[in-house]
Amino acid sequence: MKLTVWTYEGPPHVGAMRVATAMKGLHYVLHAPQGDTYADLLFTMIERRNHRPPVTYTTFQARDLGADTANLFKTACQEAVDRFKPQAIIVGASCTAELIQDDPGGMAETMDLGIPVIPLELPSYQRKENFGADETFFQIVKHLSKPQSRTNRITCNILGPTALGFRNRDDVEEITGLLSDLGIGVNVVAPLNATPADIARLPAAHFNVLLYPETGEAAARWLEKNHDQPFTKVVPIGAGATRDFIAELARITGKPLAYDESRLRLPWWSASVDSTYLTGKRVFLFGDGSHVMAMARVARDEMGFEVIGMGCYNREMARPLRAMAKAYGVEALITDDYLEVERTLEELSPEMILGTQMERHIGKRLGIPCAVISAPVHVQDFPARYSPVMGFEGANVLFDTLVHPLVMGLEEHLLTMFREDFEFHDEAGASHHGGHATRRIAEPDQEVAARQPAQDNAPLDLSISDEAKEEPASGSDVLVWLADAERELKKIPFFVRGKARRNTESYAAEKGLQKISIETLYEAKAHYAR
Amino acid sequence: MNTPTLPVGGGCRTAPVLKERGQREVFCGLTGIIWLHRKMQDAFFLVVGSRTCAHLLQSAAGVMIFAEPRFGTAILEETDLAGLADSQKEVDRVVEQLLARRPDIRQLFLVGSCPSEVIKIDLSRAAERLSAKHAPHVRVLNYSGSGIETTFTQGEDAALACMVPVLPESDARELVVVGALPDVVEDQMIGLLSAMGIDNVRCLPAQRIDGETGVGPNTVFALAQPFLGDTHAALERRGARHIPAPFPFGEEGTTAWLAAIAAEFDVPAQTFEAVTEAPRARARKAVAQASEHLNGKSVFFFPDSQLEIPLARFLTRECGMTAIEVGSPYIHDAIVGPDLDLLPQGPVISEGQDVEKQLDRARAARADLTVCGLGLANPLEAEGLATKWAIELVFTPVHFYEQAGDLAGLFSRPLRRKSILKVEAAE
Repeated sequence: MKLTVWTYEGPPHVGAMRVATAMKGLHYVLHAPQGDTYADLLFTMIERRNHRPPVTYTTFQARDLGADTANLFKTACQEAVDRFKPQAIIVGASCTAELIQDDPGGMAETMDLGIPVIPLELPSYQRKENFGADETFFQIVKHLSKPQSRTNRITCNILGPTALGFRNRDDVEEITGLLSDLGIGVNVVAPLNATPADIARLPAAHFNVLLYPETGEAAARWLEKNHDQPFTKVVPIGAGATRDFIAELARITGKPLAYDESRLRLPWWSASVDSTYLTGKRVFLFGDGSHVMAMARVARDEMGFEVIGMGCYNREMARPLRAMAKAYGVEALITDDYLEVERTLEELSPEMILGTQMERHIGKRLGIPCAVISAPVHVQDFPARYSPVMGFEGANVLFDTLVHPLVMGLEEHLLTMFREDFEFHDEAGASHHGGHATRRIAEPDQEVAARQPAQDNAPLDLSISDEAKEEPASGSDVLVWLADAERELKKIPFFVRGKARRNTESYAAEKGLQKISIETLYEAKAHYAR
Repeated sequence: MNTPTLPVGGGCRTAPVLKERGQREVFCGLTGIIWLHRKMQDAFFLVVGSRTCAHLLQSAAGVMIFAEPRFGTAILEETDLAGLADSQKEVDRVVEQLLARRPDIRQLFLVGSCPSEVIKIDLSRAAERLSAKHAPHVRVLNYSGSGIETTFTQGEDAALACMVPVLPESDARELVVVGALPDVVEDQMIGLLSAMGIDNVRCLPAQRIDGETGVGPNTVFALAQPFLGDTHAALERRGARHIPAPFPFGEEGTTAWLAAIAAEFDVPAQTFEAVTEAPRARARKAVAQASEHLNGKSVFFFPDSQLEIPLARFLTRECGMTAIEVGSPYIHDAIVGPDLDLLPQGPVISEGQDVEKQLDRARAARADLTVCGLGLANPLEAEGLATKWAIELVFTPVHFYEQAGDLAGLFSRPLRRKSILKVEAAE
């Protein structure tokens, strides 16, 4: 048993639902107890889908367990086929149904339904949502794709986009447009909006574009092996990766590809002097492996941030992510434990997080701005406007996304210069984020040392280290902030205060000091000056 | 004047019930943890279940709730299923870990799930052992919120029912109001009752373990929620007596509910009038305003929280609506009987669900307002039906006089919105 508060990924059958819901003309018959239907609302509410997911649940109850759950499954299966008339069905079990061992796949195959039946084996107690999506899509491709000759013109398939994916809708549109500008046609996009008949046509393409390795890699590998279709390895997130992606397409197609960068604004936006304040902002990245790896490059090479840590929740990506972290000189955090991510963020106190909705909430608690770059998703990650993160327009979107949570250039200077202003002070937050400009309450000096920890949702005041507050100076390894140094630290704007405190403490530790004075603070500042 | 008039054409209590079995588009009982863990401020709910259970809990409210939660899931892993790990020892280990992290916890609920029920992990044994170990600081109880045994709000019923046997014995003549209510609503209720001279009103669940009530043969109890069948039975086993009444939704329901308690405690009619007159007038006024868009409209209820019958009574009698179908996951006559008496004949009363067939009926009826779960709401809106998500009725303060207008407002807002929007939905 593993104690879990929040999860990054759902169970594998939710991954299968993401594939089924993305497709058309496919139905999923899921052997599952009453209550598992909650998963429908992920699609109808978070993604605002206007159709129910194409899933029939058997919704068995305790009274059925003593009777005949197998028959219940058969009835549900037959009724689903009669009512929805799908071109093919996928069948499987959720975690509880897996335990009662009814073998839904085997039963459906013997039912003579007149359409292809694709059984799914998704081990609920070992694997998770991304595996479920990847495996389901792979099984569908394996069962339905048919050998055939290639299209006359150069075409590719786009593999991996699913329902509930992070910005998949717009990424597919952007990359389809890019491919079309390069003279490459798109044969099939799958699973998003594909029918089983479309899946059969996959082998007609010359190669595959794998946009989302998390959900499409098994299928891409199988198509490479069985239909001799190479697939792209570069995920085109950011300006540099998009150029690399185009170079990779040129290699695969064997012809030079001319492309138009006139819509790409990120390089100039980043080079223009207003962006100077972005230099060296310390960022931490967490999400699914593919998005984190692509975004680390954007953060470092295209925004000029300093990457101080990265990690992913899907173990399947642990190896390449570790390699990249090593190349970036940082530790990789591979975990699906939300509390561990929270601890790491507390420890590193970055100036910005590039994470998921979970990190956004951690950031809110710790007073660290966060831009969301990866699933798991939230209703906010399905904006009404066109908002890809891939291709050239995606790079433009990313520039805005990564700048928006921060306090902007001149404002940052003003806050540094006039931090005592009662209305325009650092705890009021960035002025372009409405709603929480609060007046600073004057504090008598002696209260400074006895401040309560900041409350939820308020910017966390990092000025007093927990250690110094809770533990009196007892051993030689305990650093004590003298009151005037503590006050001086408080004058530093909150978005760099954490760094100042950490730098000063490591400087003091290095020098063997036990007490931190104003002198120590400024000596450390000079020591770490860039 | 305090007794509601029965419908001229008869009520629905004896109407035939359409019993359905098939796919049920409902939550399981674990969902109740979402509001119970906020109501009971020293309690922690530990689900022994799968990743699906954990995923449900963080998705159920439609958005993720990231305040420090007082619930968590002990996710079963392969070793637990293969019998390689002793499940009792594993529960002990996880509970130790949890209590070390949260020393403020005074009551811990071990909550069974579908997988833990199927592989028969004996959580009552674990609860007994852990209770003995951590007494008196922490009390450990267990109940099942599994989908194979409980539907949505039945989870709260199971949680409260498991608390009844451990409540202290008491001979005091006391009123216990059963069902988790928002704090503001609970205070209003206690204010009304105490103004009538009924003091020492106890609530189950209490906010904290120290505030718990005793129970015994002199206890009388009123239900604030209609889904508390097992708790009702457990309290009767302890000798307590139920005061049946319509549920306190709307002006009429609240008055009838209070009147039943007032009768039990011999409150003089004059006192009752004096206490209720002003809030009744306010409630009537608020309902009249909020139900302007509801008057003359039809409503169709999918089964969800078991609140459907009392709410249909409110909408038909106080807001001028016509009910086409009133679906409920379960119908306990002893509990919703008084509401069924008042609900004018006409609607189909259905129990259980076969969701595809019910959707066919809802599409044929095309009610002006369809009350349904989150999984169905947007798809039905896309078909042109106005919907009200049922879960909001459980998450919003809707009981008693001062919320009567808000309750009508929850139903009228979708209709009002439909009437003011001047864009055609693109999709």
